[in-house]
Amino acid sequence: MSLKLADQHLDSIRAHGARDYPNECCGILLGKADDNAKQVVEVVPLANLRHDPKRAQELLPLAEPARESERNRFLIDPLEQLKVEKHARARGLDVVGYYHSHPDHPARPSTYDRVHAWPWYSYVIVAVARGVPKALTSWVLAEDRSRFKEEEILQLPSSA
Amino acid sequence: MPVKVIIPTPLRQYAGKQDAIEIQATTVAEALAGLTTQYSDLRKHLFTEDGKLRNFVNVYLNDEDIRYLKKDQTPLHDNDVISIVPSIAGGSHLRCICS
Ligand SMILES: [Zn+2]
Repeated sequence: MSLKLADQHLDSIRAHGARDYPNECCGILLGKADDNAKQVVEVVPLANLRHDPKRAQELLPLAEPARESERNRFLIDPLEQLKVEKHARARGLDVVGYYHSHPDHPARPSTYDRVHAWPWYSYVIVAVARGVPKALTSWVLAEDRSRFKEEEILQLPSSA
Repeated sequence: MPVKVIIPTPLRQYAGKQDAIEIQATTVAEALAGLTTQYSDLRKHLFTEDGKLRNFVNVYLNDEDIRYLKKDQTPLHDNDVISIVPSIAGGSHLRCICS
């Protein structure tokens, strides 16, 4: 599988990573998938629910809250996710994946990313070093959950 | 009564490639049990080994999180829509944020 993204989508993910630095940003990738590729049609930025530690902790507790925060963890509000998904379905689009940033950390999935990952989705990671977006990569969880496989990103020219 | 269960993209491969499945049930628990009886490959993605809903799975009845209703005992009405919403979380490295 490969992930097809237009310039404008990549720009929007990088800009979100820079905007929310030094915190992690996150968002949804909407598009269409066939057996060979996922094509992103729209990038939807969302708030990192770890900004609201109490609510986030209620939904998905952190093991070490003293060392985990919106600086190194993200969580998407499931209700926001449901709304975006509904709106997408009405337009014939599916959720093909998600993106998040790694502030001052390489664009490689962490163990925490892997433990929380679902099969099939594309997980795009953008590294943001001192506020400047750097490498951008995409990953899919291996069938046995033991690791992430890096996925090819096909960059398409922006649509008008 | 007939209700619809919306299947998120990563789980469709375990549900006959369908994006929604109609089920006869009177509670959320019954609906999910019916679903995983019909599509047994879904079970390990939704439930722990001791049969509890996994932490990483959110279940919405129409627009409400069943955590804040009667959990899996929430009663269903005709044409209700149950959405399985995968918990989306991640992060980078673990660091001391105390400084
Ligand atoms: Zn990560």
